Amino acid sequence: MFSPARAWREYPQRYRLEAAKCTECSKILYPPRLVCPACGGRTFTPEILPREGKVVTFTVIRVPPAGFTEQTPLPLALVELANGVRLMVQIGDVENPETLEIGMPVRLEFRRISWDGEAGVIFYGHKAVRAGS
Amino acid sequence: MRDVAVIGIGMTSFGELWETPLRSLWAEAALAALDNAGIDSVDLVTIGCMSSGLFTGQEHLASLLADELGMAGVPATRVESACASGGLAVRAGFAEVASGLCDTVLVTGVEKMTDVDGADATYALGTAADAEWEGFHGVTFPGLYAMLARIHMQKYGTTREQLARVAVKNHANGLLNPHAQYHLKVTVQDVVNSTLVADPLCLLDCSPVTDGAAALVLTTAERAREIAGDKPVVVITGSGMATDTVTLANRADLAELGAVKLAGERAYAMARRKPEDIHLVEVHDCFTIAEIMATEALGFFNPGFGGSAVEKGLTSLQGKIPVNTSGGLKSKGHPVGATGVAQVVEIVSQLRGEAGQRQVQGAKIGMAQNMGGSGGSSVVHILEVV
Repeated sequence: MFSPARAWREYPQRYRLEAAKCTECSKILYPPRLVCPACGGRTFTPEILPREGKVVTFTVIRVPPAGFTEQTPLPLALVELANGVRLMVQIGDVENPETLEIGMPVRLEFRRISWDGEAGVIFYGHKAVRAGS
Repeated sequence: MRDVAVIGIGMTSFGELWETPLRSLWAEAALAALDNAGIDSVDLVTIGCMSSGLFTGQEHLASLLADELGMAGVPATRVESACASGGLAVRAGFAEVASGLCDTVLVTGVEKMTDVDGADATYALGTAADAEWEGFHGVTFPGLYAMLARIHMQKYGTTREQLARVAVKNHANGLLNPHAQYHLKVTVQDVVNSTLVADPLCLLDCSPVTDGAAALVLTTAERAREIAGDKPVVVITGSGMATDTVTLANRADLAELGAVKLAGERAYAMARRKPEDIHLVEVHDCFTIAEIMATEALGFFNPGFGGSAVEKGLTSLQGKIPVNTSGGLKSKGHPVGATGVAQVVEIVSQLRGEAGQRQVQGAKIGMAQNMGGSGGSSVVHILEVV
């Protein structure tokens, strides 16, 4: 769904990687929630995610969904950040998918994720790129 | 709780049925089940359908379809749990009869998937993932299962060939099922050489896009015995449902399908059965890796041994525990909302001894396992001849 309102309200998480830290058990939630799934706590302090992490698992999408047909093949990974938070992201700057591997160190970088035609909303967020590249 | 029996089964052939609209597919299956049961009125209709809105532009399905059958006035409920919608419709009907709210329920599942093109179908299916935190980045269902496959391969040494053997087995079974979408023998080489969809999964690791519908008639076991005379009665002895995190990012163990395990444990507990008691099982093989992981989660094999079990033939038609005698989602086809109901249709056919060339001799206890998304939900039923 290419919704401008949705893109706007998700800026804090997409652009600034804002998460929430449970004041009871210190679990970090990304995206933030109203209740901590680990302890039931309902009070949180803001927390910015670290940008360094490693690949937990990955794939290369060869048959894309609507909206991503211009970005195929599309490498995607589940990344675990230095503080244990996991998130799904595209992997950027991949010249040869054969070089991707589980455990690969990555860094999150602010990138364009998708776009709604020539006149619609451009969606930005973070992609993972190989650390040190 | 009252005992609940299945007294009628029906399904359409599965396939790319371009000439048939959703409502006609559904009515064909519903009428077949009612005729099979020998009745013409019910207290309730339940409908499992994942996304008639995205696939056909039609919502408000329960009323539309009850009316299609000339049953306007009868209560009707649509339930949705992504690809487990059909299983959930079975459970909804089971609960109504078991509780005494209804005596007779028409349980149905339907999906019309070929009115949209491939990219839009991929998008519609992708909405079963977390749209904001997974879908936003372009992930697809093959992509999510590919990520699970890679974890399973790394942790347990599951091989590319073992994945392929699931497809080879299920296509062999599908050859014996007249309702199956594909009557196509495939080899390990065919699977591993087919087009890459999401590494390491190839086209022949994936269930297809399918149109189809399936239906059951449920009533009390007491009434079923009156109707059946001296014929066997098939009773639902166990029903289990469980959820898990929809996002893989929040999953406790990516090498295990937690919702399948929990739903299975709940069904086993209700039926007072254990894995060794089950004679055959239909599992949700939306991708080859899913069948391997489901057979482990249901306790048929220890974690990590699902792949070698397929390789050894333990899950073949003549194996220790035949898995997906119908051809599974892989060969029979996967009209997502219909799948969970069609699995029960297969189990009832087998328990009645009506499965023809793919009949498992002496089958008395069967299981059907349906799954939503990348394991975010699962519904398991155990059925027995009494």
